Amino acid sequence: MSKLLVENVGKVFAGQRGGEPTRALMPTSLTVADNDFITILGPSGCGKSTLLRIIGGLETASEGRILLDGSAVTGPGADRGFVFQSYTLFPWLTVQQNIAFGLREKGVPEAERLKIARDWAARVGLGGFVDHFPKQLSGGMQQRTAIARALANDPKILLLDEPFGALDNQTRALMQEMLLGIWEREQKTVLFVTHDIEEAIFVGSRVVVMSARPGRIKADIPVDLPHPRPYTIKTTPEFVALKERLVEEIRAEVIAADH
Amino acid sequence: MRPLQPVSATARIGYGLTFFALFVALWSVATFGGYVQRLFLADPLTMVGEGWNLMTRYGFGFDIVMTIWRVVGGFILAVIVALPLGILMGAYKPIEAFLEPFVSFARYLPASAFIPLLILWAGIGETQKLLVIFIGAVFQLILMIAVSVGSIRRDLVDAAYTLGATDQSVVRRVMLPNAAPEIAEIFRLVLGWAWTYVIVAELIGSSSGIGHMITDSQALLNTGQIIFGIIVIGLIGLISDFLFKAVNQRLFPWARA
Repeated sequence: MSKLLVENVGKVFAGQRGGEPTRALMPTSLTVADNDFITILGPSGCGKSTLLRIIGGLETASEGRILLDGSAVTGPGADRGFVFQSYTLFPWLTVQQNIAFGLREKGVPEAERLKIARDWAARVGLGGFVDHFPKQLSGGMQQRTAIARALANDPKILLLDEPFGALDNQTRALMQEMLLGIWEREQKTVLFVTHDIEEAIFVGSRVVVMSARPGRIKADIPVDLPHPRPYTIKTTPEFVALKERLVEEIRAEVIAADH
Repeated sequence: MRPLQPVSATARIGYGLTFFALFVALWSVATFGGYVQRLFLADPLTMVGEGWNLMTRYGFGFDIVMTIWRVVGGFILAVIVALPLGILMGAYKPIEAFLEPFVSFARYLPASAFIPLLILWAGIGETQKLLVIFIGAVFQLILMIAVSVGSIRRDLVDAAYTLGATDQSVVRRVMLPNAAPEIAEIFRLVLGWAWTYVIVAELIGSSSGIGHMITDSQALLNTGQIIFGIIVIGLIGLISDFLFKAVNQRLFPWARA
């Protein structure tokens, strides 16, 4: 069953100071099934983040439409959880209060929302940090809190925009495993934007490759690796073969973008 | 000394006090050494003596209380008006476009120039003093609050929307707490400016207050009393600044660097 339907969605940014308008995204179509984990892979500036932001309702499409469970997306809402590349925890709230932010908007009673928030903090390995402020946390911990904050809202789909882009390699690998673990347990529909090929294969069930600007979908490749996936899977021949194929796809695009 | 190298807390206090000591020393040399005539500048000891006289014999304590009440009263009135207006301007761009040009203009109107008009409208009572402080503070407050509320990071607002926040709760639960420490800092700053207006207000048409005492002392050529009055203003400013900082740090532990 299709959960999310992206139909001919494109984006043209108006020209700055009388300049030519720029097309960031060609009309793009994408079907996302229930409980699917799709990674969107592309070079910098290919419009992959623009596509995700349109789905999240943070940007309006210049054409086309988006349907989530059959109803059109018109703006941001609690049914689509969003995790940003930048650190977006509210600095004046503790980890627990941050995670409970959306629940409070929904009108969940305080005792219940704090219980759910504690529960989610524990699930992302921050059970001992519920009363910490964001500035007391490392970058990886902040992003884990951000993921917990989005999931505590129980969204229909989780949208992640290069959430581990600012983290160091070791932390990033641990975060990928944690996210994958959550997905395997909770069965969520996930759209994950990244420019890291290994990351795209490791966490995704399907890798959608986007072309250089103006972005369009260039390839849609299933990842037939078994679950649960331990980090050791990254050295198996199947993984390496898939990686080589994607490296070629992306290389062509980076070269195209430079010329 | 190297650029940006920090100093310890004790050294910081020591350096700060040293300058005060240096200042008094220079003043003593100038007055006790006879370089400046007593008529123009009293020496530190005379100043302390005159201050003692003022406090014990002339009821200067009452003047101090009157001045503080005028500053605080006028300032609170200004905050009551400026806080909602500033928040609305910071959050909603059409309201900003509507009010910002006028407020920017009004903020350059010198509060002291209104004193003759205010005396005409409100007499020489307390209302007039409060209004001088109000006019001097309110426009500055509105603009500075608007800027601090409006300068929120866009992605924090986006994050709130994706968590299901309504427009109203984005203002109430995101923009306001985000700006709160800076607004408290603005209060501290503008209260300092309000002190300069109150003295001017008291110089004209007043029968009490630190400014009134200073005008009286001028008539008697008592520079010791004038300097004592000025120093009292400085001390009260220093104390209120210190209190504000302490309260802000307690209220906003998350914002401390």
